[in-house]
Amino acid sequence: MSVSLNNDELAEADVRNDTGGEVKIDVERFNFYYDMFIALKNVSMQIRRNTITGIIGPSGCGKSTFLRCFNRMNDTIPNIKYDGKILIGGKDIFDRDLDVVDLRRRVGMVFQKSNPFPKSIFENVAYGLRINGIKDKNFIAEKAEQSLKNSALWDEVKDRLHKSAFALSGGQQQRLCIARALAIEPEILLLDEPASALDPIATSKIEELIHELKRKYTIVIVTHNMQQAARVSDYTAFFMLGELIEYDVTNKIFTNPSKKITEDYVTGRFG
Amino acid sequence: MERHFDDELKQLNTDLLTMAAKVEEAIRRSIESLKKRDKDLALKVIVDDRVIDELEVKIEEEVIDLLALFQPMAIDLRFITTGMHINAGLERVADLTVNISQRVLDLADQPLLKPFIDIPKLANQAQYMVKSAIDAFVKRDEELAKKVILSDKEANNLRTLIVTELISDYMEKDTTTVSRAVPLLLITRDLERICDHAASIAEDVIYMVQAKVVKHHRERLQSG
Repeated sequence: MSVSLNNDELAEADVRNDTGGEVKIDVERFNFYYDMFIALKNVSMQIRRNTITGIIGPSGCGKSTFLRCFNRMNDTIPNIKYDGKILIGGKDIFDRDLDVVDLRRRVGMVFQKSNPFPKSIFENVAYGLRINGIKDKNFIAEKAEQSLKNSALWDEVKDRLHKSAFALSGGQQQRLCIARALAIEPEILLLDEPASALDPIATSKIEELIHELKRKYTIVIVTHNMQQAARVSDYTAFFMLGELIEYDVTNKIFTNPSKKITEDYVTGRFG
Repeated sequence: MERHFDDELKQLNTDLLTMAAKVEEAIRRSIESLKKRDKDLALKVIVDDRVIDELEVKIEEEVIDLLALFQPMAIDLRFITTGMHINAGLERVADLTVNISQRVLDLADQPLLKPFIDIPKLANQAQYMVKSAIDAFVKRDEELAKKVILSDKEANNLRTLIVTELISDYMEKDTTTVSRAVPLLLITRDLERICDHAASIAEDVIYMVQAKVVKHHRERLQSG
């Protein structure tokens, strides 16, 4: 199944019929504006639970804007507006009575540049638990260890947990940020170019980690590295000029896309 | 470092071995059907070829996905492209067993032209070469692959012997034997083609293991 949108028609990108999985994120006719500029146009798509969805497209296509909508990170930007719906777990995240802090607890995010707090490795992971009111030291220690194990960092840091996070390499810092996001047990993990500042070995580790994490989490990853989207994603969405052009299972997008414009992009003919 | 890509490669390897087992069985059955003049067994080979055809398409799709999604390099790339060649080669071998089985159906109701002596020898050679080529692939065994390639000459010699005998001793002397001799000629050619495919698989194995192209350059088999 393959879908694209244009100005005249709305076709709903529906992956539910593929394998019958539960829809975790349901985007319905979503538009997003920076002041007068339309960054996302009439986007509709469903993201299934425990899958990895890659979002690709040329710079300025709206992929990061789209990602940041899922935990309302764009709210901090002045003069933005949006309409349409984004449902997570069946609830509209733009409802007036929605608790945004709780949303961000459920929808974790890791950014392009690793941004550990100026604290120890342990405190970076424990911080989220503490500000969520957890005081039990044993519980925090167990949770921190588990999160560091889940982010495939534990073996490398277990003997220096109380050293500064800044002493870690770039790849380790990025995995620490993932551990920090995992500690508060989110349902969804948003990754915005998580490996673009890393060397190939560190990138491979992050990619293997992402593959492992989908057992527990729904993952959406924005990447300008098409090969990375091909390697890690179950589904791939191609955006251009704010429109969702094509959304399909990843091997279809990279071996036989339905739209010529998608083919031109994935074959490097433009972008 | 563990790579989830390795799981995909293992799956390709497993599917190729399944393909090889099915093709080896098709060879065995087609030869058995010839020796025993067993029409039911010959028909089984023809019908079961569909399973091999479907598996070939499945493996081909796997290979395309691996190339498109993982951008393999070095040994991974050589394994995948070799797998693609081996897959196509095995499917062609299976088609040749279908050809043999069809000729068995042509011959089954006619009196035997002559006792089978050299054709079973060529059939044994074909079975040995296919089995050894697959073993070489499984064990990444360059030496065994070399043996397979060099033994292709014996297959060619046997083929020439059989063809000469059928033409000189039967078809030229008694034209009424032509309808029974021609299917045997075709079977002989099919068996020899199976040997060629086995040699080609062995050449691919050497490329996979050593990154050395010996196809069309058998003299390179001697140098290291």
